[in-house]
Amino acid sequence: MSDTSAPIPSLADRARPIEAGAPVVGVHFFGATPVFVLGEEALLFAPADGERRVTIHGGAILASKSDGTRIVTGGDDGKLVATDADGSHQVIATDDKKRWIDQVALGPDGAVAWSEGKVAHVRTKKGELRSFEAPSTVAGLAFAPKGLRAAIAHYNGATLWFPNAAGAAPQKFEWKGSHLGVTFSPDGKFLITTMQESALHGWRIADGQHMRMTGYSARVRSLGWTAGGAFLATSGSEQLILWPFDGKDGPMRRQPKMLAASKARVTMMACHPRQPVVAVGYADGAVLLVRIDDGALIKARQADSQPISALGWDTSGQMLAFGTELGAAGVLTL
Amino acid sequence: MRGDLVRIIDGLMRRKGKFDAIIVETTGLADPAPVAQTFFMDDGVGAKTKLDAVVTVADALWLKDRLRDAPEAKNQIAFADVILINKTDLVSPGDLDEIEARIRAINPYAKVHRTERASIDIAEVLGRNAFDLDRILDLEPAFLTAEETHVHEHDHGQEHGHEHGEHHHHSHGNGLKHYHDEDMQSVALRTDKPLDPDKFFPWVQDLVATEGKDILRCKGILSFKDDPERFVFQGVHMILDGDHQRAWREDEKRESRAVFIGRKLPEDKIRAGFESCIA
Repeated sequence: MSDTSAPIPSLADRARPIEAGAPVVGVHFFGATPVFVLGEEALLFAPADGERRVTIHGGAILASKSDGTRIVTGGDDGKLVATDADGSHQVIATDDKKRWIDQVALGPDGAVAWSEGKVAHVRTKKGELRSFEAPSTVAGLAFAPKGLRAAIAHYNGATLWFPNAAGAAPQKFEWKGSHLGVTFSPDGKFLITTMQESALHGWRIADGQHMRMTGYSARVRSLGWTAGGAFLATSGSEQLILWPFDGKDGPMRRQPKMLAASKARVTMMACHPRQPVVAVGYADGAVLLVRIDDGALIKARQADSQPISALGWDTSGQMLAFGTELGAAGVLTL
Repeated sequence: MRGDLVRIIDGLMRRKGKFDAIIVETTGLADPAPVAQTFFMDDGVGAKTKLDAVVTVADALWLKDRLRDAPEAKNQIAFADVILINKTDLVSPGDLDEIEARIRAINPYAKVHRTERASIDIAEVLGRNAFDLDRILDLEPAFLTAEETHVHEHDHGQEHGHEHGEHHHHSHGNGLKHYHDEDMQSVALRTDKPLDPDKFFPWVQDLVATEGKDILRCKGILSFKDDPERFVFQGVHMILDGDHQRAWREDEKRESRAVFIGRKLPEDKIRAGFESCIA
């Protein structure tokens, strides 16, 4: 679409450029302050009045999540670190064998989950610690939207774990292959994994009904739920793929919506927190905003051949931050 | 174990520039193919890394036993670009020659080194560019070159236990193949007649689609009809990679050569198929 239609209106020149100086692997917001997660060692706080690097890890930063009050990161130094809005940070877990902490999830009730190797851990808001050994390496971690339930993606499926219910048998969802990431639908009815083989797999939690979402040209690395949970938006193709989840059967026997087509592959996406709008980042460096209802586009960043590797909205949906594999970054205020 | 490998390489890529190379050491009896395929199949890994070579270390003392009882050992030999015959100080020179001949019977194309305590110049095992299409230069099987001058004569099926006195040393002549491995072979193809690309591509794609699970490696340099450029290809199981490489030189013999290394390959069928691609 973007190839053939009239020129796309652009807000790109309104973005505030930020030189991250290192590959950007994530971005979060504390209020109006964008915080870029760098590939190694540090967070870059980038408020309008001056940037500040805060070193928090002794090596690569492998995972980051934020709930708006803290950013929790896992590193190849075997540390799990929580950083607050003022830059103060504390180690909340250390693996004594210095294994990589490469999965992190934050629960709706203040719980934090992380994993190293096959073992997933949860620390509840009260500070109680629970651990669970998965059948193989934990490749994805997510909390259910309500209650203390965690999903673990691993080889040949995903497991639901109930960290607070001692003795409750984990619920297994099986599908052959390597599952690398996991997410719950916002209504808690579906569990979706990203797979090594450029596909998504899903289960309806109530009855284990399978759903298979294929057709991608690449592995899906970025996915999220649109405001209200009507669609699961994903990267992995030369357009934004939106799977409908508005009915009781999810995307079963339905086609995805495909928007914001480009010659370049979608590498990252970020759903607007309130509106039916998705920010789409491409391998050529472009960032587009697409309105789901009619596919209307606005350009937020010009292509410059730096693959987009981080994309995120502030909670109000007024600011969009982006970063690239080569260390460029920026923030656009709408 | 592709998922784990992808995850770990994703992690390492966050420290890009802080290391020179990644060495993936598989478990002793792992199949190297899924590891190698990851570098071609996964878009993220493939875009940021380049597979350099598969290096197999063979234990001179135990290799013959492993070739007998562990099919993975043959896989590892057949798949390799570089093979170190290590612990050479623990076996007799005669046994070493025999071990090397056994390796050659499975994979005549790998570069073989004899080492003690795996002592080797690093340049012989790193930076080989073995999967680089531009480096598919030497398709001459090593048993036809003068490099290994002494290989023992060996009766088919008589695997071991022959006495030294029976050994008959001689230089290799053209195509004398002293060992034949029952499971793993290489099929070398050659023609000086130009090939028809419209016949070759469907044939080779069908071949790897149907026999790909048994084809460990393949590579070739091709001369197509009315095409001034050399076409080179290489593959791992069902995955093929190919491109025009450069113009044929005036002083170069325009011929097509290809080799398939694999398990119980249908040699006659492959030969007939290749012949049928002649323009």
